[in-house]
Amino acid sequence: MSGALAVASWVLLAAGSVFAVVGGVGIVRLPDFFTRMHGAGITDTMGAALILGGLLCQSPDWQVAVKLLMILAFLFITSPTSGHALARAALANGLKPRLDERETEATSSTP
Amino acid sequence: MKYLVSLFLLLSMTWLLWSGIWEALTLTLGLVSCIAIVAFVRRMGVVDEEGALVEFALRPVLYIPWLLWEILKANVDVALLILSPTLHISPRVIRVKAGQRTGLGLVVHANSITLTPGTVSIDIEGDTIVIHALTRESAQGVESGVMDRKVTALEGRH
Repeated sequence: MSGALAVASWVLLAAGSVFAVVGGVGIVRLPDFFTRMHGAGITDTMGAALILGGLLCQSPDWQVAVKLLMILAFLFITSPTSGHALARAALANGLKPRLDERETEATSSTP
Repeated sequence: MKYLVSLFLLLSMTWLLWSGIWEALTLTLGLVSCIAIVAFVRRMGVVDEEGALVEFALRPVLYIPWLLWEILKANVDVALLILSPTLHISPRVIRVKAGQRTGLGLVVHANSITLTPGTVSIDIEGDTIVIHALTRESAQGVESGVMDRKVTALEGRH
């Protein structure tokens, strides 16, 4: 593996890890269930994409690369689907999103 | 018939890409399983444009890079928001009319909204997507309707 590719790989892996951690921080810091889902979304998209991109730079042949890309494609389909199921389950069980008090009059459309 | 052929090609391509072993036995096994699956699917009567993706598969070439760029921008915004000491969020629920005519198009639209951090689609009521947005800016991004138009363009004519 050439030097430039190794550097690219580690930069992507490090950046992906940072975004994954930021997503985790978001889950802790954000106030309620629905806002926390946005934090989890960072880990799911940016964290996963950058880490897989970093691994892609290290793949020994095109086949490993294809499989990594497929993992990414499936992640990008399954993670919003599961997120949607999660949000619907919360709504169905009567959990209301906490909205911004200052602006609820303008957008009072809570289901 | 068109869908059966495209499904067969898709399955064969998947087999070749993922196995990578060019020996007679493996290739025969792959061929047999592809034919068997096409036969099963035909018997079950579930062959349609969603299963075979014959028309849908080519157009995302332009959509995916655009979506990835949107995801990147939104990720940076939300990451900075989370790390900012004041945590200045104003969560809201908005409703956006979706112009898609097919179920698959609606799924792509709703999933694209969820993939973009700052907005999560939490429900679908007919042709309206209910979205939870983290800030006013992220809500405005969805309300602008750019994504809606792009996904509708993906559907093409049906």
